[in-house]
Amino acid sequence: MKKRVRILAYPYVVWMAIFIVVPLFLVLIYSLTSGDIHDINSLQFSFESYQKVAEPLYLKVIGDSFLLAFISTVICLILGYPVAMIIANANPKYRSLLLMLFLVPIWMNFLLRTYAWMSILSPNGIINRFLAFLGLPRLEIMPGNVAVLLGMVYNFLPFMVLPIYTVLSKIDKQVLEASSDLGGNRVVTFTRIILPLSIPGVVSGITMVFLPAVSTFVISGLLGGGKTPLIGDLIEQQFLFSRNWHFGSALSIILMIMILISMAIMSRIDKNGQEEGGKAG
Amino acid sequence: MSKALKRIYMGIIYLFLYAPIIVLIVFSFNKSKSRGQWGGFTLDWYAELFQSRQIREALYFTLLIAVLSTIISTIVGTIAALGINNMGKFSRTVILNINNLPVLNPDIVTGVALMTLFTSLKVELGFVTMLISHIVFSIPYVILSVLPKLRQMNKHIAEAAMDLGATPSYALRKVIIPEIFPGIISGALMAFTLSIDDFVISFFTAGTSVTNLSILIYSMAKRGIKPTINALSTLMFVTVLILMLIINKKSGKGEEILL
Repeated sequence: MKKRVRILAYPYVVWMAIFIVVPLFLVLIYSLTSGDIHDINSLQFSFESYQKVAEPLYLKVIGDSFLLAFISTVICLILGYPVAMIIANANPKYRSLLLMLFLVPIWMNFLLRTYAWMSILSPNGIINRFLAFLGLPRLEIMPGNVAVLLGMVYNFLPFMVLPIYTVLSKIDKQVLEASSDLGGNRVVTFTRIILPLSIPGVVSGITMVFLPAVSTFVISGLLGGGKTPLIGDLIEQQFLFSRNWHFGSALSIILMIMILISMAIMSRIDKNGQEEGGKAG
Repeated sequence: MSKALKRIYMGIIYLFLYAPIIVLIVFSFNKSKSRGQWGGFTLDWYAELFQSRQIREALYFTLLIAVLSTIISTIVGTIAALGINNMGKFSRTVILNINNLPVLNPDIVTGVALMTLFTSLKVELGFVTMLISHIVFSIPYVILSVLPKLRQMNKHIAEAAMDLGATPSYALRKVIIPEIFPGIISGALMAFTLSIDDFVISFFTAGTSVTNLSILIYSMAKRGIKPTINALSTLMFVTVLILMLIINKKSGKGEEILL
């Protein structure tokens, strides 16, 4: 019986091979070759594309992407942790309403949410009209990095709040009572109990914000105006406009590897945090 | 934190979340084409929206692809999950790791990889490639939500049914499917919303002949602000809001569904 049922997975295994494994393998091959991509015979093994990535111009793009993603993740964490805590501790009557109000915006198309900021921040946008009305100097943040950061924080903040909220709402209230009974004040209860117990939520929040932020090309394209190209913009350009698929593939592989490394680091932190949390709790 | 401070903080955060949406909605009724200036009330942009063939077509493709890819990926994913559940530990781990790749990989990598595949096979980018791509990134989520339900299920339940004379297909329909149904539904919901909301993967795999709403919005926004997008956003936001309220009311478990 078991063997017969197993067969049901085989078509999907073939599907995965064709549409998941082979495409990534092709990207890997293109990243390691040069020549005309439409002519297999002309492909030759070459490190050219990776050498190109190592040029200062492109290293800066990769550095900028990581820096902007890192800053926006930190801002999301600082803004989002208190939000998660407030919702988790709110009166149960309002809790699901507060949570829903927080989630409704992410049900709106991601591009529309980014587009909305364009009307607010652009040189002739609402903020600048308002400032001009007050006779104040114009605010020139769009296009630019500040606008990109704002767009990232706006789009990804819910991804930070949700996992932290989920973990916080599961903390046994008796543990907190025990802490205060044993003489722990609120600061001690927070740093020694709540924070360590919430590490898994923080870790998945950080991952869920950092990943889309580091690979975005929509936010930087619409709000950054190409002033600081990110790695996503570069990949988009290589595949759609410059037609240098070898270079685009090398960038994609590097992005993938860096993300895998950051995820490995995060899961290491998660494990350590849980062990410590276990001790503290 | 004191109560007042908490309220002020949450107020600011909610203002931050909703201000852009409110601005979009207000300006969808704005007569003046310029985005910062109020030129009086109008419904022109809504009229233009309904008259635009481009937007109607994009909406049609968005919904068609979402419905088709949801149906296909839910069926294929559920069947695959049944098979995977009965595999040995090693092959199961390998398959699930590959299955996780589209979930973990940045969308842009999945997008360019699929584009590379289609182009290398000399398949012209269009409706079919976009549909396939949506199925590719949806099935993993269906499997990830069906598999836990299968694992929770009592293993002997299907055997018992067959001992009592049920054929395998009867046992599947009457015993296993009802047992894992919540997992199937949440997988299908996820597949549907991911497909409706997807931009990046569609952008790379749709080519130039087909456009969905996300691609249309992106290309319109790149050229600057168009008030019709405001009208479109308003309609989409109101639709989502109403759907959420209905789900919330009907199930009383809005929190679970949203998560």
